[in-house]
Amino acid sequence: MSFAKLTVSTLAVAAVSATGAFAQGRENVQIAGSSTVLPYATIVAEAFGENFDFPTPVVESGGSSTGLRRFCEGVGENTTDIANSSRPIRDSEIATCAENGVTDIIEVRIGYDGIVFASDINGNSFEFTPSDWYMALAAELPVDGALVANGNTTWADVNDAFPAQEIAAFIPGTRHGTREVFDEKVILQGCEDTGAFDAIMEINGGDEDAAEETCMAIRGDGVSVDIDGDYTETLARISANPEGIGVFGLAFYQNNTDTLQVATMNGVVPTVESIATGEYPVSRPLFFYIKAAHLDVIPGLQEYADFFISDDIAGPWGPLAAYGLVSDPELAETQATVVNRITMGSM
Amino acid sequence: MTDAAANTPRKKSSIYATDANTKKRNAREARFRAFGLTAIGIGIAALVFLVVSIVGNGYNAFRQTYITIPVELAEQRLDPAGNRDPAEMARVTTFGYAPLLAQALQQHLQAEGIPMDGVNPRDLMAMISQEAPAQVRAMVLANPEIVGQTITLEMLAGGRIDGYFKNRVTLESAERDSNVSPAQLMLAEAMAAAGIIDTRFNWRFITGPDASGQRPEAAGLGVAILGSLYMMLVVLVLALPIGVAASIYLEEFAPQNRFTDIIEVNISNLAAVPSIVFGILGLAIFINFAGLPQSAPIVGGLVLTLMTLPTIIIATRAALRAVPPSIRDAALGLGASKMQAVFHHVLPLAMPGILTGTIIGLAQALGETAPLLLIGMVAFVREFPDAPPEGLFDPTSALPVQVFNWTQRSDPAFVERASGATIVLLVFLVCMNLLAVMLRRRFERRW
Repeated sequence: MSFAKLTVSTLAVAAVSATGAFAQGRENVQIAGSSTVLPYATIVAEAFGENFDFPTPVVESGGSSTGLRRFCEGVGENTTDIANSSRPIRDSEIATCAENGVTDIIEVRIGYDGIVFASDINGNSFEFTPSDWYMALAAELPVDGALVANGNTTWADVNDAFPAQEIAAFIPGTRHGTREVFDEKVILQGCEDTGAFDAIMEINGGDEDAAEETCMAIRGDGVSVDIDGDYTETLARISANPEGIGVFGLAFYQNNTDTLQVATMNGVVPTVESIATGEYPVSRPLFFYIKAAHLDVIPGLQEYADFFISDDIAGPWGPLAAYGLVSDPELAETQATVVNRITMGSM
Repeated sequence: MTDAAANTPRKKSSIYATDANTKKRNAREARFRAFGLTAIGIGIAALVFLVVSIVGNGYNAFRQTYITIPVELAEQRLDPAGNRDPAEMARVTTFGYAPLLAQALQQHLQAEGIPMDGVNPRDLMAMISQEAPAQVRAMVLANPEIVGQTITLEMLAGGRIDGYFKNRVTLESAERDSNVSPAQLMLAEAMAAAGIIDTRFNWRFITGPDASGQRPEAAGLGVAILGSLYMMLVVLVLALPIGVAASIYLEEFAPQNRFTDIIEVNISNLAAVPSIVFGILGLAIFINFAGLPQSAPIVGGLVLTLMTLPTIIIATRAALRAVPPSIRDAALGLGASKMQAVFHHVLPLAMPGILTGTIIGLAQALGETAPLLLIGMVAFVREFPDAPPEGLFDPTSALPVQVFNWTQRSDPAFVERASGATIVLLVFLVCMNLLAVMLRRRFERRW
């Protein structure tokens, strides 16, 4: 009876409307990438949709690496126009991009993000240095010319000034761009500050790369927990374990100051100002990457990029700074890059 | 009693006194019943805990706090040229509208004689949702003639102020909160007493689009509900005919051989494949190969169709098999062709079972997030899609995706939104399952 007909006609309708939709082309900007950049990108997308005649861009998260991989899949309407990233694009990714025909990429630095250490508001407060974190979380510490497993279990073991509170750290998992910054700016820094780096170099015979790797190896005995989800998960872990100390983005902390207290690093309280001046050591730039080949094809792409880094939005008094982004003092140069469409490598 | 039983010497027993063996068996049964009851108890306790925690967190999402004040739409600010040309007026962005609203609020508070102790104009602006300037701008551009008039405007209160009226934010927590001060909350309290602020049912939560992390008070489910509906439409239109046709062929016409056996085993296996695998498949086939757009409900629907097909085929085959052979034999005996027997007699009798299976398959598809992750539907989407069929190609989000997205936002106000969205999703699922039960009750025949 009519089932076969129905099936065939549905497929036909689907096919016809598909070609119809393609003839129009995509009307919205498509963005994917870092979950750290996501809140900023959604704030901008929302304001862009309200103030321009273009549709609101679609913003996906998924992480910097995923975003860049999809960005590099090729040129065309069914690929993304912009990749958000919490780290600079890697050479290997540029090579993949080039293989797939994505040769002209515009790099846009939108500002800086602070990484803060926060704990339950009713618990002890801490004044950390990178050395404390290295001593607390390293897998192996050099003792008398040999590497031994890290035996520190309370913060008092690490630093006499600290209370005897169990070490329970919630740090971002390895799929996060934040982890890279944590490893390099806190753990490796601490390794060098304590003199452990030189001690390890002596033990392994002067192999610098291997020493760095040893420094940044995090203990796996349950003292430090990798959080693969978002900061909301870290927050939930701290609510469940008031002794825990978590790694957050500054913006997240600023939205939850009623439940979290922040620790200082080298005696500096993380604020938008102290990060902008570079006093607070743990911060990193945030980026987005534009596929230049899409600029005149996708309506609104150029306008979105211009709008994102305009002084109204990304400036020190804009909504992004209000949310926790540390605005870039060199914003004017970035604006020129986008307006003149200066691609990477042509600088 | 047999002879053998009569010959063996038996212990004297009475049906009034239970012997040890019977006691043991009775105890065993009592224990088993207790285990069963415990299991059900644990299940119910888990369910109650889940529902209470979701409803407790989420019911507040259905109420929202509004500020209602008269606003003078000053011409020199909104239409400096004075010619009411929407194209020129569009140059005034939402950033230009925000101070207008703060000013209006300040003037109204002064007129009402409400003191603004410790609240500077900047804090006053923060009490109004950032959605409000956009709302006024859209209103003015749609109807430029209202510039210069004073209109009564109902706008959303900021997320923290809203939280205060829902007991999420207290004076103590505001003390430590960098986004709100106790002075603002006291002012809000005074405004509520004067009737400027009120909390009421929030249609916007169901009909409005998503909003960014800075304005949780404005976030709604509209786009997600539409996206889910579109996807279900695609699944229904594709999976039902394909699934039923495949089952009828396999059950009624296909020869029993190794080939059909392999197909059968594969269908059963497919039903157990993790759903993310279908997402990977969808990305490879529908987006990369067929070139369909990303984030579109058509792709989501196609992926979910693949995922639902095995469920529907298995249910349909079971329903067909439950129709007694005598029906087929009678039809064939009266001279009907095989196809007539199937379509005139077997299929109508199997229909309730088929529909039940389909609805359960749809309900399962409605709650899926994993396969949508890879095809770009786990996204921030604010534009409403067009009506189908064109709308099937516009970007949308989906209900479970919205829950997933909101749980990741940093503002605590999104916790209530996520729970509220879960309630909406649960209501949808309950309705679908009820429909399935009703269809079965009403039309099912037993032999």
